Amino acid sequence: MIIDRSTRVIVQGITGHQGRYHAKAMADFGTRVVAGVTPGKGGMTVDGIPVYDSVAEASRRHGADVSVVFVPRQGAADSALEALEAGVGTVVIVTEHLPVHDAMTIIQYARLQGARVIGPNCSGVAVPGKGKAGIMPNAIFREGSVGVVSRSGTLAYEVVSSLSQAGLGQSTCLGIGGDSVIGTSFVDALRMFENDGHTSEVVLIGEIGGSAEEEAAEFVRGSMSKPVVAYIAGQTAPPDRKMGHAGALVYRGRGTAKSKVDALRAAGAAVVDAPWDIPAMVAQVRRR
Amino acid sequence: MMLLEDQGKRLFREQGIKVPSGRTVTAAEQVPEVLVPVMVKALVPAGGRGKSGGVRRASGTEEARSAVGSMLGTSISGHAVSSVLVEEALPVAREMYLSITIDRSLGVPILMASGTGGMDVEALDEALVRRWALHPFLGVRSYVVREVAAAISLPGKEGEVGDLLGKLWKVFTSFDCELVEVNPLILTTDGALVAVDSKVSINDDSLFRHPDLPVPGTEGDELEVAARSEGIAFVRLEGDIGVIANGAGLTMATLDSLSLHGGRAGAFMDLGGTDDAARIRRAFEIMSLSGQRVVLVNIFGAMTKCDTVAQGLVEALGAMPSPPDTVVRVRGVNEEKAREMLRSREIAAFAELEYAIMEAVAREGAR
Repeated sequence: MIIDRSTRVIVQGITGHQGRYHAKAMADFGTRVVAGVTPGKGGMTVDGIPVYDSVAEASRRHGADVSVVFVPRQGAADSALEALEAGVGTVVIVTEHLPVHDAMTIIQYARLQGARVIGPNCSGVAVPGKGKAGIMPNAIFREGSVGVVSRSGTLAYEVVSSLSQAGLGQSTCLGIGGDSVIGTSFVDALRMFENDGHTSEVVLIGEIGGSAEEEAAEFVRGSMSKPVVAYIAGQTAPPDRKMGHAGALVYRGRGTAKSKVDALRAAGAAVVDAPWDIPAMVAQVRRR
Repeated sequence: MMLLEDQGKRLFREQGIKVPSGRTVTAAEQVPEVLVPVMVKALVPAGGRGKSGGVRRASGTEEARSAVGSMLGTSISGHAVSSVLVEEALPVAREMYLSITIDRSLGVPILMASGTGGMDVEALDEALVRRWALHPFLGVRSYVVREVAAAISLPGKEGEVGDLLGKLWKVFTSFDCELVEVNPLILTTDGALVAVDSKVSINDDSLFRHPDLPVPGTEGDELEVAARSEGIAFVRLEGDIGVIANGAGLTMATLDSLSLHGGRAGAFMDLGGTDDAARIRRAFEIMSLSGQRVVLVNIFGAMTKCDTVAQGLVEALGAMPSPPDTVVRVRGVNEEKAREMLRSREIAAFAELEYAIMEAVAREGAR
């Protein structure tokens, strides 16, 4: 899903500390990282990966299907728009604390271009055995058929790691990001998993704030044939306080964990109370 | 960041939106001679002031000064009142509601309007509030303006409504707002549209490009402010086990799991994606100052490496005369090394979250 062995990935901001580290980690994961982009650093190589001044140039020389943006927030919007304008089909924005108006501009421009945005403030996408566009740690994955989608990064790593330990490998793991306006929603992810021949069950890791989980529940009810196991973080969070993520906020009584848990249960998802219950629940729905 | 009413009105005025003339005061004697009825409004970054005695009408200087005096130094919705807005009370023919905010599901701005206003937006009848999604590349076009003018019953005033909406859109976009609300928008008895209130909230992640706006974060809990200045999310809660984790989702999940085992979290701390031992040390110092009986640390090491966290913890605990009882769970990058470092300093270190939680709850109960 989204990425396979032939997908050509470029890294924007490859000469920075994070960009460099993760470009190498992606390559180590088996990803076809064809180029990096840092304006003014064209002609360099980073761990054997050629660097260009612009996405257009990198794309002309190597082709670019997916771009991963590691550029700091001051320049992240321009970088993402540059990739979209150059015709990159999927742009993964790892950058945290991106201004929300920039996120709206990028996502609406992507829509005009017929492209996909994942993030911002996300851990990206990993397909074990095939490739990765993002920052998820390589060691936690195992090939298999469980699809995982999460707003949070580290909580997803925790869950993926425990699934792998229990012998439940993953088809694709997708980190959609913790901000309030994001390019790929739970519903988008569920639709992809439903249509993905490698996925047999889906684990959805949600959290308080907004109504994305309630919308996901509607989709599960009406359009999903594959079983969904869900966990919602923030059941004990106080109202009106931002809990780390810009989007994790129970505001004016809306976006509570209870509303999300109830909606998902009513739609037929298997909702667990604690993250460590997920592997056993996946095994249980698989036996049914 | 929610601006105070007078700060929001300054942005309105600069854009050419009509607001009542007024003055911000910090002492009763600063209230000038008033010859017309005035509204006296406590300046706090919160709604619902009317219900808490934060909005009063006064006629005459003495009454206005006494209203100001009675508000200063009080607390409204947890915010200390340190300044008060005194402004002319205009003759009202009608009160309406207008706002532009961001719809998270649609991922675009949304305009809301109602032909009645003045009360809390939640108190408005849902059926009377109309909504229009605004494409960020298009703004408020004339076809939307006509519908808004009809929805708030201002036929024949499309020109004024369009002018006002254009200016609100300008404030919303040029200041990276999450909310621009006018409640009430009034029609005066002589037919003018005036923004009698302003509620403007700026996206926190955009403040870096608005250096002229008032500096946020100076209000609130001292430790929360200290943590924020380090880029760490810290929220004080009611229990007595402090929780430190990396990543918002993981930190919330740790709080929930603690609660399942009967523990009550006393503070939430999300380290974010740091790999700097000095920052971990500072974070732990802030947590220990918050008076927790037990601190539970839960790290899934990726960008943040487990041994970096262990290093920061060992340094912080070593420097404290009476450190809090600490239980650590580490998984991921360099987890074994981290557990060895911690155990050699006699700090409880686990690989399984559930065991770490049970240990933290047991220790809290034993104290």
